[in-house]
Amino acid sequence: MATSTTAVPSAGPVAGSRSFLSRLRDGDEIARLITFLFAASVVLITLLLVFELWQGSVLPRHKFGFNFFRTSVWDPIFDQFGALPFIYGTLVTAGVALIIAVPLGIGAAIFLAELAPARISDTLEFFIDLLAAVPSVIYGLLGVFIVVPLMREYIQPALKNTLGFLPLFQGPAYGLGFLTAGIVLAIMVIPYIISVSREVLLSVPRDQREAALSLGSTRWESTWKVVVPFARGGIMGSIFLALARALGETMAVTMVIGNTPTISASLFSPGYSIAAVIANEFTEATGAMYTQSLIELGLVLFILTFVLNGFARLLIVATSQRGAGMGHT
Amino acid sequence: MKRFAGLFLVVLCLAGIVWADSALSINGAGATFPYPMYSKWFDEYHKKNANLQINYQSIGSGGGIKQVTEGTVDFGASDLPMNEEQLKAYQDKHGSGILHFPTVLGAVVATYNIPGVTADLNFTPEALAGIFLGKITKWNDPAIASANNGVNLPTNDIVVVHRADGSGTTFIWTDYLSKISEEWKKTVGAGASPKWPVGLGGKGNEGVTGTVKNTPNSIGYVELIYAESNKIPYGSVKNASGAFVKPSLAAVSAAAAGAAKEMPDDFRVSITNAPGKAAYPISSFTWLLIPEKFSDASKRDALKGFLKWALDDGQNYAESLSYAKLPKEVVAKELKAINKIQ
Amino acid sequence: MLTMTGVCAVVAVAVLFFILGYLVYHGGTSISWNFFTKLPAPVGETGGGMANAIVGSAKLLLLATLIGVPIGFFGAIYLAEFSGGPIAFVVRYAADLLNGVPSIVIGIFAFTLVVQPFKHFSTLAGGFALGLMMIPITLRSTEEFLRAVPRALREGAMALGASKWKTISTVIVPAAYRGILTAILLAFARVAGETAPLLFTALGNRFWSPGWNQPTASLPAMIYTYAIAPYEDWHRQAWAAGLVLLGLILVINIVARAILSRGIAVPRS
Repeated sequence: MATSTTAVPSAGPVAGSRSFLSRLRDGDEIARLITFLFAASVVLITLLLVFELWQGSVLPRHKFGFNFFRTSVWDPIFDQFGALPFIYGTLVTAGVALIIAVPLGIGAAIFLAELAPARISDTLEFFIDLLAAVPSVIYGLLGVFIVVPLMREYIQPALKNTLGFLPLFQGPAYGLGFLTAGIVLAIMVIPYIISVSREVLLSVPRDQREAALSLGSTRWESTWKVVVPFARGGIMGSIFLALARALGETMAVTMVIGNTPTISASLFSPGYSIAAVIANEFTEATGAMYTQSLIELGLVLFILTFVLNGFARLLIVATSQRGAGMGHT
Repeated sequence: MKRFAGLFLVVLCLAGIVWADSALSINGAGATFPYPMYSKWFDEYHKKNANLQINYQSIGSGGGIKQVTEGTVDFGASDLPMNEEQLKAYQDKHGSGILHFPTVLGAVVATYNIPGVTADLNFTPEALAGIFLGKITKWNDPAIASANNGVNLPTNDIVVVHRADGSGTTFIWTDYLSKISEEWKKTVGAGASPKWPVGLGGKGNEGVTGTVKNTPNSIGYVELIYAESNKIPYGSVKNASGAFVKPSLAAVSAAAAGAAKEMPDDFRVSITNAPGKAAYPISSFTWLLIPEKFSDASKRDALKGFLKWALDDGQNYAESLSYAKLPKEVVAKELKAINKIQ
Repeated sequence: MLTMTGVCAVVAVAVLFFILGYLVYHGGTSISWNFFTKLPAPVGETGGGMANAIVGSAKLLLLATLIGVPIGFFGAIYLAEFSGGPIAFVVRYAADLLNGVPSIVIGIFAFTLVVQPFKHFSTLAGGFALGLMMIPITLRSTEEFLRAVPRALREGAMALGASKWKTISTVIVPAAYRGILTAILLAFARVAGETAPLLFTALGNRFWSPGWNQPTASLPAMIYTYAIAPYEDWHRQAWAAGLVLLGLILVINIVARAILSRGIAVPRS
């Protein structure tokens, strides 16, 4: 032990010109340690979350295995749990939402990024950001008292009269159901699509645009044939983000989807989503199998959104880097 | 930043201290069926005993059973008695039992919203089972129309509304349907959250009432008070003696008369499809689920005090809220049972 | 086609004004002094207010801030100033992951982690859930703002012989102060309206919630309960609560943006 004392000065990690001891005295090492603990806690919390979801759903994973996703019986009385209707409902409502929100959102983003004068664009963007901040329970409130009656009285009968030959628009008009939930979700995710897509479009280098315009194309042609394809990845990213958000949305969907586990081709039919069934049944699930099946649903939701968010981020980053890279040339 | 955080902490501690010892809080959760009754009771009782707050959250009977078993609430409430398995689960987890205390009686009514129809409809058991099985899909189906001469029923599709959460109201309803329909018993059965053949789900009695009220041509089942206070019509049901009985306090009491005399010691009893000409067939007791052993003596004494009050003075609030008072025999038996709480 | 895109933009913005207009109209006619001062009335009776829910939300958000902001803030300092390479990547990745977790799943997590062991639905559990949601938002945006502080400032301080910690606390953080405040405000506004994680953590309460270990009412959860109930008077109060909540959130958003863009003078403590 005694010999090591002579080695201390040279063995200490020396960065720059200051020794470990002086940094310790200045508080650097303590600060590093403290901030590190905070940063590490983020990782810890996330790991714990994954662990709890995994650990909490052991029973149904063992008992049902892959059948959990293939069967549609959800019967707490006999401890039979199949998640198919919830997965179906989640995907269908999110799908409807995207069909409505994507054209509208991207259209608006193109307008804001390419065509509108900067001042108008910024002002509108400000309002759209506010729209993104409206809490989902308020969308639900509006859904229950405005969208649902509107659907029942006007939109669903109109669809039935015109497109009723399609299996999509058949059955009684309840007002509540897949279509209504999809529409409310669409309203909720449009701001996300606009915000992110506008950002991506704005990052497309000027010279791309100018080149197209100088070759004699119209404003619209340069936008549609040059700028949008250039930003395609990022726009796709915004759509994935919106999708992730739509899949995980709870309150607004619970309030308007009808809360019945059904798989039906008709969009008028009431349905159920993963998030909604957790919200409705988690406090009352008696028995370990029931509770753990709900937690497994949570796990499914977590994995779905995790994958989508990952995709989205990759696409957005790739596009804006491409833009940045070309901008410097 | 740090100063801000410090300030927050101080505020936090102060607030915690100020609020901490102001009152004794007891938390309960469960059935939505007696929620109007309980919220009135706990409100009145709080007025009499300012330092006691009993917070009741209507999360459904299934939730009441689960949360009291988990120990996350002090007491539960349910419209279906706990079954043997649930009692055992409680016993295993806590090492002591749980007691059922009937508090009031109520009726589950078939409530509907048919534009243009203001008359009170008559429902035969077959019609109710058919509608909820999805076999009867139009309002002017002969099975409904035959019991309602002179009512102009529309050709519209019937919208069935049921509960989305695990519910004692659902249990009472399906328990009744199982007793009168073999097909129902075989395909759906009686339970708090059965697999529904058709319909929309609403959360709680509140949710079902809200959905029926907002959805033309719908039918749902709710506790009497929910239909009454929201002024939506509800139908008479043909009972075991063949008479159409409109849900009322007297008709509920009549249904309980038989059970009152032969009440088992643990109070777990079903009175659906009860005999008697005046009995409304879809009636039930509703229960508070109270642990036998409390670790906190002040909570125990407060709850015992409340129970005694609810069984005595509290009963007088029942009728104004469309619940039937407990029969005298049952009250006497319960007052004795209160001593089992330790 | 050009006009079509304009129409899209107008439609999107029109939705906001419609929502605002409808809420102001319905909520405005429903709001009253009682709403802010009274406890909820027994079921089915008219009158009463949401005083306990307003205080409950305030307590939940206070707790959320106390959990979310320190972790987010100090974590961001670590990311921006002390680390690099694999550790930073892992932390960032975890934060992004946490940010994407659906709020209902956060609710499950808080239930198993806080409610079950403590045997109580509580303000604590609800605040914990909301706090978790604040962490990634605060962390990532604070980091961005710290990184945006010009190199010259940093190097200047170091050249004068200041230690790294001294540089961070006296130069870098103050320089990024506005941005950080904005980040915190936006995170706060985001969780203020969250309902799903509260359903099985804070549960609800008819009365005042004493201390931190009891169930508590909150504005968003009350809006949900009241909106799906059949009572007219509850609908009225749900609109009023919606207006108050949305008003709060929009004001915070606008203030946050104003601080960032116009540079409203902020007293430094």
